[in-house]
Amino acid sequence: MQFTSLQQSLINRYQKGFPLTSQPFKQIAQELNTDENEVIAAFNQLQQDNVLSRIGPVFDHKKAGASTLAAIAVPIDQLDEIAERVNKFEQVNHNYAREHTYNLWFVVTDSDWLALNKTLEEIEQVTGLAVLVLPMEASYHIDLSFDVDFSQAPVKRLEN
Amino acid sequence: MPIHNIDIELETEQLTVQQQLMLREALEKGLPISPQPYLDIANSINAQEAQVLNQIDLWQNDGLIKRFGVVVKHRQLGYTANAMVVWDIPNEQVDQIARQLSNRKEVSLCYQRPRRLPDWTYNLFCMIHGKSRTVVEQQIADISEQLGLEHIKKDVLFSNKAFKQNGARYRKRIN
Repeated sequence: MQFTSLQQSLINRYQKGFPLTSQPFKQIAQELNTDENEVIAAFNQLQQDNVLSRIGPVFDHKKAGASTLAAIAVPIDQLDEIAERVNKFEQVNHNYAREHTYNLWFVVTDSDWLALNKTLEEIEQVTGLAVLVLPMEASYHIDLSFDVDFSQAPVKRLEN
Repeated sequence: MPIHNIDIELETEQLTVQQQLMLREALEKGLPISPQPYLDIANSINAQEAQVLNQIDLWQNDGLIKRFGVVVKHRQLGYTANAMVVWDIPNEQVDQIARQLSNRKEVSLCYQRPRRLPDWTYNLFCMIHGKSRTVVEQQIADISEQLGLEHIKKDVLFSNKAFKQNGARYRKRIN
């Protein structure tokens, strides 16, 4: 995928410190020497291309509620079907297949631990499989901002 | 008291608990990409724009919000190799080794989690995102060698498919 230099700046400069002001896109435009419509169009394009997950907060899991990493060892021929059942829970956000006996890994968040435990039980019922529950005990890296290297980005799309 | 002072107080009055829940729910979905996104959200929860901005600022200062900004999907940016490296580190060394690992620029997250014996023996988890599997494998080998961790049992779990990649939804289901 190719990115305009404006899109690259939006991605690498605004992962934190997004302007908390009435017209944030206008402020970004001023900071990047362009105009507000260009910034809005660039964000819309990133969203359409499914690169932008959202603009918003990343909450501290511990302060925001209860959250845990969880895993299931799924018989390989059932992986898609079980993943689908797990995805149906709105409390599940990330859900990945990984190469291991424990091959389905997902994050479950809820308002508190009581609710979270209930959700985990429901996931076990719906899948018929045991869930490995691995809550965070200590976090050593809290800055999720991610420096994207555009210099070797594979070109997947040619401009028409 | 002059009238303009009263106005300011009214504007920055704290949101009700209910409005705070609604604001969190709205923010978890992401800001609308519109000229005045905070005003749009304020209107949707029957509040004023200044109250919304104030509340986000408060949450940032409290540490409830770690960062506020653009959240990207790594995969779509070409970072298709995503490895979860798990280590079985003696308890008394976890803290020291975790600090060393988290200082590496390749490591994007580093968490300690409980062992679940006998099924799961690993207690430290690192995430590494890269543009190819080969690159990530080399990075892991370098980290392991340079930090002297070759003797520690580890496993590398590459992800080969993302079934879901959303922001967290913490809200209590009100209805």
